[in-house]
Amino acid sequence: MKGLVSLITGLAAVAASGTAHAVAWYFQSPASKMAQEIDWLHQVIMWIIVVIFVGVFGFMFYACWAHRKSVGHKAAQFHENTTVELLWTVIPALILIVIAIPVTKVVISQKDTSAPDLTIKVTGYQWKWGYDYLRGEGEGISFVSTLATPRDQVEGKAPKGEHYLLEVDNELVVPIGKKVRIITTAADVVHAWWIPAMGAKQDAIPGFLRDTWFRAETPGTYRGQCVELCGKEHGFMPIVLRVVSAEDYSKWVGEQKKALAAAADDPGKTWDLKELVARGEKVYAANCVACHQASGQGMPAMKAPALANSKFITGPEAAPIDTVLNGRPNTAMQAFKGQLSDTDIAAVITYTRNSWGNKATDVQPAEVKARRK
Amino acid sequence: MSAVVHDHDHPHGHGHDHAHGHDHHHGPYGGVMRWITTTNHKDIGTLYLWFSFIMFSIGGLMAVGIRLELFSPGLQVMDPDFFNQLTTMHGLIMVFGAIMPVFVGFANWQIPMMIGAPDMAFARLNNWSFWLLPFAAALLVLSFFMPGGAPGVGWTLYAPLTVQMGIGMDLTIFAVHILGMSSILGSINIITTILNMRAPGMTLMKMPLFVWTWLITAYLLVAAMPVLAGAVTMTLTDRHFGTTFFNAAGGGDPVLYQHIFWFFGHPEVYIIALPGFGVISQVIPAFSRKPLFGYASMVYATAAIAIISFIVWAHHMYTVGMPVTGQLFFMYATMLVAVPTGVKVFNWVATMWKGSLTFETPMLFALGFLFMFTLGGFTGLVLAIVPIDIQMHDTYYVVAHFHYVMVAGALFAAFAGVYFWLPKWTGRMYNETLGQIHFWLTLIFFNMIFFVQHFLGMAGMPRRIPDYHPMFELWNKISSLGAFGMGLAQLLFLYIVVKTIRSGEPAPQRPWEGADSLEWTHLPTPPPYHTFETQPVIK
Repeated sequence: MKGLVSLITGLAAVAASGTAHAVAWYFQSPASKMAQEIDWLHQVIMWIIVVIFVGVFGFMFYACWAHRKSVGHKAAQFHENTTVELLWTVIPALILIVIAIPVTKVVISQKDTSAPDLTIKVTGYQWKWGYDYLRGEGEGISFVSTLATPRDQVEGKAPKGEHYLLEVDNELVVPIGKKVRIITTAADVVHAWWIPAMGAKQDAIPGFLRDTWFRAETPGTYRGQCVELCGKEHGFMPIVLRVVSAEDYSKWVGEQKKALAAAADDPGKTWDLKELVARGEKVYAANCVACHQASGQGMPAMKAPALANSKFITGPEAAPIDTVLNGRPNTAMQAFKGQLSDTDIAAVITYTRNSWGNKATDVQPAEVKARRK
Repeated sequence: MSAVVHDHDHPHGHGHDHAHGHDHHHGPYGGVMRWITTTNHKDIGTLYLWFSFIMFSIGGLMAVGIRLELFSPGLQVMDPDFFNQLTTMHGLIMVFGAIMPVFVGFANWQIPMMIGAPDMAFARLNNWSFWLLPFAAALLVLSFFMPGGAPGVGWTLYAPLTVQMGIGMDLTIFAVHILGMSSILGSINIITTILNMRAPGMTLMKMPLFVWTWLITAYLLVAAMPVLAGAVTMTLTDRHFGTTFFNAAGGGDPVLYQHIFWFFGHPEVYIIALPGFGVISQVIPAFSRKPLFGYASMVYATAAIAIISFIVWAHHMYTVGMPVTGQLFFMYATMLVAVPTGVKVFNWVATMWKGSLTFETPMLFALGFLFMFTLGGFTGLVLAIVPIDIQMHDTYYVVAHFHYVMVAGALFAAFAGVYFWLPKWTGRMYNETLGQIHFWLTLIFFNMIFFVQHFLGMAGMPRRIPDYHPMFELWNKISSLGAFGMGLAQLLFLYIVVKTIRSGEPAPQRPWEGADSLEWTHLPTPPPYHTFETQPVIK
């Protein structure tokens, strides 16, 4: 097996010498026992399949070669044989039973999410992930994780980075060797959360909670992607997991708590227009640009109206505030009240009211707060 | 078929006698009206076959569009929303517009001739079953031109993403309704024809296996299509009439949609595969000059696959989070499918064993089918295993798997059938050299497209994404080049068929030495417009 793997890897490397990145063709190296067991099961079944495949088609190709009409082979006329037919019904059934035994053990352990050391709720949004540390060290930490690859790289205006499309602004961080229970849900449509190196994948279903678990065995950064079609930007909501030592994890938790406290904006503060626009531009780039576009021209295919020259945007403030807070049903315009702070919402609305030729008054966090119900 | 048919009472080609009937009109209208008003099973078969080729071309163009975008990392050709529209419509058009109708075309042409019946049981219904299809296809294609475009939700139409779509989604839902109606009516016709109109002496266990597989497929269709209609109707009312079947906020459940869809969807896999099995079971014995091995066990295996297909649906949903007992049940049931499928493959190989083999184009496609369908069956076994599936689910591994089953399986079987029966249908031989070139090109390009996708999936590339990390670039490039080649190779197929119809060499009554069903032994080539008005007696 080892020899074959290195041979194929070698061939792939030669074939890929023209491309900048290593060519991936097999499972990512497992970083948990579960992923190892999946890898092992796959290899066992693969070899059983290869043996049967070679056997069956050995017969077929031998017949193609030896029983050709062109070499004068005369057709025999037999058309049944009860013994043979029974054998090739019973033997495959027995092989399947032999396969089923070790598999069943893995299935049961994969479903066992009991007694976790750390519980994290993962929420799928169109098109980003929200993480809430519910129980265990770090309880209370909460953040949203968005694609960090700049749009220029996607559009080919800049060279692609090392972790193109597989990098985020806020990584999920967990301690090594601890059982982490992941509870999934979604805010809008079905998403699926996946870290291949952990062998953990779970659909995130709006309105329901589901769970899975993993225990990381080796430190490092592991990358995955949303794997359930969730609309336009489905290909652009990666998952990045950083596994660190217990001490580093405690340090990270401390930093996060401090940062959360520091970042909490004074809700009573009055901001000036320039500050709001600058902050709003960032919020817009992370949350709105996929549909409403950098130009503010919107996208009819996504039912996303143009914001530029929009009377709705530049008109009375209450209307855009309500739309951002509560979303629009049956569109990708989601309720942002759970995701963005009053200050962020005030900033992004102010930004849209004062960009692309729009001109209108600013919106202050207090006004947003007043319209939350 | 276990019995070789002898019928000394009826001279070959007796159908000619009836071509100029007495006081009732037998011949077709001329021109376009012939095709619009026809109730003749051969005409309707031809309509189905051409319709499916047109849809195959449209769906193929969409696939080329998808592969064009995936040729390189980054977004080059289209925006992600249009990409999603293409993947959705490619799937729907290929499944409902190309693969299903092509086998209904075979059924129309072949079933009456193979069982010694004069036509299908319900001739006008047959006309309507076909003429529903172009309207459904038009709705699917028109959805691209609606505000918001075609739905970008994948051919599985998962809720609740479907409620976010524009009016194109509604057009798609109505198209699915019409397609379902067409399939159900066609199936009722096929069941009635087979059960009531067999020639005297043509007992069920003497029927050619192609007829058997269609009988079982028709029952699957009647059982499964209404379920799909129900699922999309619930989607429609969720979208427009305030119901919440699939919305938790109103007490519904998005996963309910998936259960209903796949309760249709898995039998659908066999609806697509079984008639192909039937074609292969005609072709392999003919070119082996040897009766089909294990005829009875083939019939039982087909029936077993059909029954099991109704209890395995949730293996498409291992990652939705079902109880461990649910996962284990669906895993064991799915693994069980391997047993009757294995029986079929072993029987085909045993049919060839000690035969007298030749390798004309139909046989090449049958062998290509056998080899690659089995490969797709094996990756199906890999995906049946819950922990492995959880790793592979919704990756390119699954895309590779089901294309091995649907393209290398169903499409190769359809090509085998077309080359096998084209001489009978048209009265002319196709060009053997060109046919073989078409086979080898299709085989090579198909594997270029899809074999490497197993690697992509294992390495972690999700399906239905328009852009990817450069570590996936090499396989995607190979896959895209294969897709362009595969598309071009099908132009050759069109050329071969048109050339056969226009200027092929005249074909003898039985061009294939080992073919022994009624259309070869009892009917001239090409068969007259009406055949078996007096049924043959099978001894």
